[in-house]
Amino acid sequence: MKRRKFDLAATPGKAAVGVDDRFQVATPLRKLLNKVFPDHWSFLLGEIALFSFVVLLLTGVFLTLFYEPAMTEVVYDGSYAPLQGTPMSAAYASSLDLSFDVRGGLVMRQMHHWAALLFMAAIVVHMLRVFFTGAFRKPRETNWIIGSLLFWVGFLAGFTGYGLPDDGLSGTGLRIASAIMLSIPVIGSWVTSSIFGGEFPGVMIISRMFIAHVLLIPGLLVALISVHLGLVFKQKHTQWPGPGRTNGNVVGERMFPRYALKQGGFFMVVFGVIALMGGLFQINPIWLFGPYEAWVVSAASQPDWYVMFLDGSTRLMPAWEINIPLGDGYVIPPLFWPTVVLPGILVGLSTMYPFLEARHLKDRKSHNLLQRPRDVPARTAVGAMAVAFYLVLTLSGANDVIADKFQISLNAMTWAGRIGLLLVPPIAYYVTYRLCLGLQQHDREVLAHGVETGIIRRLPDGRFVEVHQPLSASNGHADGHGELEYVGWVVPKKMNRLGALGPAIRGFFYPIEKPVEAPVSPGHPPVEARPEREEIGSGESRR
Amino acid sequence: MTSDNDRRRGLLARLRERPAARSRGRRRLGAAVRLIAALMLAGGAYTVFAPGAQAQDNPQLTGAAAEGKALFDVSCVTCHGRNAQGVEGRGPSLIGVGAASVEFQVSSGRMPLARQEAQAHRKPPVFTDEQTRQLAQYIQELGGGPVVPGGDDLHEDGNVAAGGELFRINCSQCHAFGGGGGALSSGKFAPSLHPATDRQIYAAMLSGPQNMPVFGDNQLRPEQKADIIAYIQETLKHNQDQGGFNLGRYGPSTEGLAIFLIGIVALVFASLWIAGKS
Ligand code: HEC
Ligand code: HEC
Ligand code: HEM
Repeated sequence: MKRRKFDLAATPGKAAVGVDDRFQVATPLRKLLNKVFPDHWSFLLGEIALFSFVVLLLTGVFLTLFYEPAMTEVVYDGSYAPLQGTPMSAAYASSLDLSFDVRGGLVMRQMHHWAALLFMAAIVVHMLRVFFTGAFRKPRETNWIIGSLLFWVGFLAGFTGYGLPDDGLSGTGLRIASAIMLSIPVIGSWVTSSIFGGEFPGVMIISRMFIAHVLLIPGLLVALISVHLGLVFKQKHTQWPGPGRTNGNVVGERMFPRYALKQGGFFMVVFGVIALMGGLFQINPIWLFGPYEAWVVSAASQPDWYVMFLDGSTRLMPAWEINIPLGDGYVIPPLFWPTVVLPGILVGLSTMYPFLEARHLKDRKSHNLLQRPRDVPARTAVGAMAVAFYLVLTLSGANDVIADKFQISLNAMTWAGRIGLLLVPPIAYYVTYRLCLGLQQHDREVLAHGVETGIIRRLPDGRFVEVHQPLSASNGHADGHGELEYVGWVVPKKMNRLGALGPAIRGFFYPIEKPVEAPVSPGHPPVEARPEREEIGSGESRR
Repeated sequence: MTSDNDRRRGLLARLRERPAARSRGRRRLGAAVRLIAALMLAGGAYTVFAPGAQAQDNPQLTGAAAEGKALFDVSCVTCHGRNAQGVEGRGPSLIGVGAASVEFQVSSGRMPLARQEAQAHRKPPVFTDEQTRQLAQYIQELGGGPVVPGGDDLHEDGNVAAGGELFRINCSQCHAFGGGGGALSSGKFAPSLHPATDRQIYAAMLSGPQNMPVFGDNQLRPEQKADIIAYIQETLKHNQDQGGFNLGRYGPSTEGLAIFLIGIVALVFASLWIAGKS
């Protein structure tokens, strides 16, 4: 019998042909693998959110294996001595068991919670990037809306998770949530008793929050994230303007192998940071809070950071109660304005912003190129104003801790917050606007006059002038000044950026190219012609 | 506390009114006689009901208390006055505050007060244990009041779990769940419990300094006090922190700070690094 020779090297290729014969996947796959992504560090911020969500799913599934979503009363007999013999809910007891008696449970709990904080933080930072670079403009408004919704749904995910352990702190948070719901005029008491199944706290809120937290909300998040990423794929990523980059093309790296490898690596880094934080830093030490009891409220009871702005707005709100003489008299409590109306306005404004701006500027074009924040001073200043507003509220949410640790009177902190909320945002607007204009002006100046060389020349008549290195050959100007057009991208402002002081140092931790020993005369910068770039297609056009 | 105030007011009123009555008496003898009679009645009734006030007229001090009086007359008299009767606008009367209060204030360095502000701060103590005991003995003999039981370890047979529950109900609203302290209104604050000794915790509960309520033996029985002290000393102070560095136990506010300062900063650096690789 003749043995067929087995060619190992040819197997993958053969297998691939076999697969393609049956499923005809080569064309779409090639399209996918050749898809080009622009490369800039700020485009990786959204990935942090995505990857921490993956970590949330993984650690959350682990927690679900041990957590018991029930409010039945049990007496704790686990290994944490200071709570032994204490009556508590099964939910709290199982969270304690997760922390002390399940192998690896505590690090999983802590990773889950850190990942939740990171998820929300990354969403916000990503959102700021999108806002300040104008990436939300047509055609990407839908994705901006989905992104804003992701923040608010993440907010709900975090809040329901924070309530699950049923410790003293989470119970206090729930109590406040029920008060907020009660403050809604007309439907408040109905909403509250529907959600809690009667009076607060009732017996079902934990199991209801559990199902929302592990099924409904993550489901919604997965759906929103998929659409979000699908749209990025379909509409293609925006890019910074620059050589060879236009509104009609995408310059960057192919999906495979470079981009995929980088993303895989980045996932490991995010996972690693979360794991380190989960292992090194204590978060939410529920065993110190004790079981929730209505009469126990600790000092420094705060929600997680992304909810803190609502706590802050509540603390700053003066006690203005509105009495409506209808029937037996009707009261709108002050709590209603900072915790229902304010977030309502914020959701509206944040989701609708792209349309508001387009309407204001009468801009109906599609934009695939990003803008530098300095080039759109009004938008940048509005963003700074919003950040300032949010920061004042968030800091006020922690004002008792700040007052205590920096030995400031709490009353002074409250008034500082009230005044700050009115004054700081306009100041932030003005300062940012001026900064943008200043930066713009400097760019234009360098384009017109060249880069400062630091060389002072003495003229025959005794005057001193600084020598500027023009950015281009003189366009017929006798003084060597050429008018260069600003293209919306970084203008070189240092000689080594022009290559005049030896190769510019590249690389993040160490120079990739060593600078040459002696500086080259600025009069003769060793500039070489840029290598021609190869046009990269998406694969689609080739077939 | 209220009974102290009544007593203080009665004493001051008596001191102020006696000379006034005499000067008026020269002009109208009849009125004076009636007034003196009335005053003597009031004064007599006062001495019957307030045995502490008698001591200042005729102090019968033991040896330790006499030593204490000597210290008091050097360090405390400017604010708390002769015989600890208090000085308007400087320091309250100490009649009836008891040895517990003195022990707490002096051993934690709060007294002698350095400067007048919203609240006395903990400082290194000025007096030795011996001197503190003498001062406490002096105030105790002047006006009576609560006393901390003897011994340095007051939580030997305390139950940590019961203490934890009592702590969360009675103390955590001011001192926070981890005992790190918290802000009160107008610049006042509940301090961290970490530097406090068993005796200081016990004395603080008995005397209720500043805005802290008094937890007398009716509110918290001595066994319950021992439970609370056991919880503070063994769980809040000496327990190792499960799950890593506790970020100061300030709750979610420092956790929020940490995720930005550590998590986001680390990952932004990572993205700069990854994006720079091309
Ligand atoms: C600079 C003034 C000042 C000096 C000196 C001073 N005190 Fe005080 N003391 C005060 C004031 C004011 C208060 C009340 C405010 C407080 O408790 O913080 C007070 C409160 C006290 C109390 C608590 C009273 C209560 O109601 O429980 C005690 C006990 C006390 N002092 C003892 C002393 C002793 C003992 C000394 C001397 C070693 C001393 N003080 C020196 C000003 C002073
Ligand atoms: C209403 C708020 C409040 C409550 C409740 C309260 N404290 Fe205090 N506590 C204070 C304040 C304010 C001070 C500071 C007094 C001062 O500096 O004169 C204090 C001081 C103390 C100190 C002294 C700390 C030091 O510096 O050595 C101890 C110990 C203490 N409290 C223990 C307790 C214990 C135990 C409980 C519960 C049984 C409790 N406190 C309940 C407000 C409170
Ligand atoms: C965006 C998504 C999510 C966010 C923001 C989030 C947030 C949180 C937070 C803040 C907690 C409190 C943790 C603690 O300190 O104990 C929590 C608890 C919990 N989460 Fe999530 N979570 C998310 C997704 C998930 C998923 C997908 C699951 C499961 C499939 C899950 C399961 C749980 C469980 C079981 C607990 C209770 C753990 C305990 O009590 O110890 N979570 N979550």
